[in-house]
Amino acid sequence: MIPRHLLIGIALMLAAALAMSAYVWRMRGRVAAVEPTADTRPLAPPVSGPMESVTLYVADDETGSLRVQGASIPLPSDRQQRAEELLRALLGIYLDKASPHALPPASEVRAIYLVDPGLAVIDLNAVFADAHRSGVLEEELTVTSLIQTLAANIPGILRVKILVDGKERASLAGHADLSNFYDVAAVNGFVAQAQAAP
Amino acid sequence: MPGYLPIVLILLVLPRHLPAGPAAEEKRLSVYAAAADYSLAVSERNGRDYVGLLELLEPLGPVSARSDGLHWRLRFKALEMEFIQAKSQAKVGRQEIDLGAPFVLENGRGLVPLTSLNPLLPHFVAGPLNFNEAARRLFLGNVGTHFTAQLSHGTPPRLVMNFTAPVNPTIATEPGRLRMVFHREPVVAPSTPTLTFNDTAIPSATFAESNGLAEITVTSSVSLMASFGNDGRTITISAVPQQTMAAQPKREAEQIPAATLPPSGTGPALPPAPGSTAVPATPAGQRGYFAVVDASHGGEDRGVALTGQLAEKDVTLAMARRLHLELEARGVPSLVLRDSDANLTLDQRATLANATHAALYIGLHAASDGSGVRLYTAMLPAGGDNNGPFVAWDAAQSRFVPLSVAAASGVASELERKQIPVRVLTAPLRPLNNITAAALAVELAPPPGSAPSQLNSPVYQQLIAATLANGVAAMRDKLGAPR
Repeated sequence: MIPRHLLIGIALMLAAALAMSAYVWRMRGRVAAVEPTADTRPLAPPVSGPMESVTLYVADDETGSLRVQGASIPLPSDRQQRAEELLRALLGIYLDKASPHALPPASEVRAIYLVDPGLAVIDLNAVFADAHRSGVLEEELTVTSLIQTLAANIPGILRVKILVDGKERASLAGHADLSNFYDVAAVNGFVAQAQAAP
Repeated sequence: MPGYLPIVLILLVLPRHLPAGPAAEEKRLSVYAAAADYSLAVSERNGRDYVGLLELLEPLGPVSARSDGLHWRLRFKALEMEFIQAKSQAKVGRQEIDLGAPFVLENGRGLVPLTSLNPLLPHFVAGPLNFNEAARRLFLGNVGTHFTAQLSHGTPPRLVMNFTAPVNPTIATEPGRLRMVFHREPVVAPSTPTLTFNDTAIPSATFAESNGLAEITVTSSVSLMASFGNDGRTITISAVPQQTMAAQPKREAEQIPAATLPPSGTGPALPPAPGSTAVPATPAGQRGYFAVVDASHGGEDRGVALTGQLAEKDVTLAMARRLHLELEARGVPSLVLRDSDANLTLDQRATLANATHAALYIGLHAASDGSGVRLYTAMLPAGGDNNGPFVAWDAAQSRFVPLSVAAASGVASELERKQIPVRVLTAPLRPLNNITAAALAVELAPPPGSAPSQLNSPVYQQLIAATLANGVAAMRDKLGAPR
């Protein structure tokens, strides 16, 4: 026969195990409730680095051109990081509610690689291209805005290649060619044309 | 030393330094697999053909190799192999394989004889394997593109070739035959290599394969043209319309400089058959299209969704047909590149347009933003410089940019005259940069203050088409006759 004190001990241990299970179950539910859904906003720029004045070339659908816009943003000293922060600042304008050239929510520049001599590779995320509005001018304004902003603020960039999700793509959204390298001088020519045209 | 010895030595050495005759064609091996179709250089060693095994396997899966003295070890997926310099036996997994000829290790690169591919490859690749060693064409899996050819005895007779997958051959003509060379496509032989049609105009077609290429040669007693349709799955071969052919000898006989031809000096070419994309595959100097009109997008590529129901591809097709008619009405022979709801790749569009040797390429687009018309010339990519006679595909347009700008400017003037809002810009828009003629893209936007649905308005389309045609007709002398 099992001693009485042993039975009481086993009963207490079972009760403790059940109570702990209930507690863990409840905590799990609470964590799930608190955990935010996937944040679709782009990453905020790092606060490290002094504030610097930069020139952004912002696409404007109304005029069909790029307008020059000054901005003051914190920029790290590393050339590559500076390039990434620049484009993140530019994307911040496009993702704003009052954007003059709306880009799909969650559009991001994944990375920028600066390869000497004079080559910059911009890697966009898939959403950027997949959900981009289609049209010759709409796509061209986006592409040239990225390239011109980079070239205007990072000296020495002569050619730019744009990738999507790390891979080459035929076009941004059916029109603007992404299979070739962009010549910064040619983009410069377009910017001047677009600003001059009525 | 005998006095004649130096002369003998010079005679022995000299031939090695004299320029050789025409360089032999580089040997290639074409590989067709579900993962990729690719072509590799074939090297000759001791009179046998060899290919780099690492290069052969790379597109098929993860592969790595390392050399250790005379040993060369290769790992493909989970399979280990070991080859030894100058040995005809190799170890694949735990099996010994006879390569049929010695393995060659050169600068860390392992070369295997082509004859060894039949015993080697079944260890790497699952599924059927078909290696035509004589033609150097390797099919991994059921990847072959089959075709049928059927002649309809009409006037003119038409040879319709249907392929099981889209094809994009290089088309060339010589007197009495039209050749289609398939560089990348895994086109396989029909049951008999020569197909006969019991027709005097198109008596036969022959399939041949060699050096990694497949070729179909259509013999004929007349000049032929090839038309693409069904998303590149159908090639229709028929005689060049007599009206076009008749106009040409007169021009050639007169030897009048192209730029001085009066606008009405050339008879209009017949429009292509509906439901097809067409290009005359006549020899240079025998085509008469002045302009090629290319309706962008098509098929599954709908382009911009202009409204809930209206797609860019439909507006561009309607505009292309209208522009074609308007050009013809002004005595400007033109060809509609896409005259059905089929899609062509950008390379196909450029190839077809270039093959016509027309003086002007007009790509048509439509957009819902802005108003009026935007004209684009090529924004040429960086690094695509042309070197001497070699023209970079991506910068083929570079020599023609001044002509393209002049064409855009002329058309813009005409639009302005009609008070249609117009902008002239450069754009990174293919295939503009691949066109070897004056080339511009026209992006049609809604009329000022109107909804995008107005892009489908016949009145608006007609106004724009007529104005564009006026602009092209006015620029005709400046752009010159078709080259």
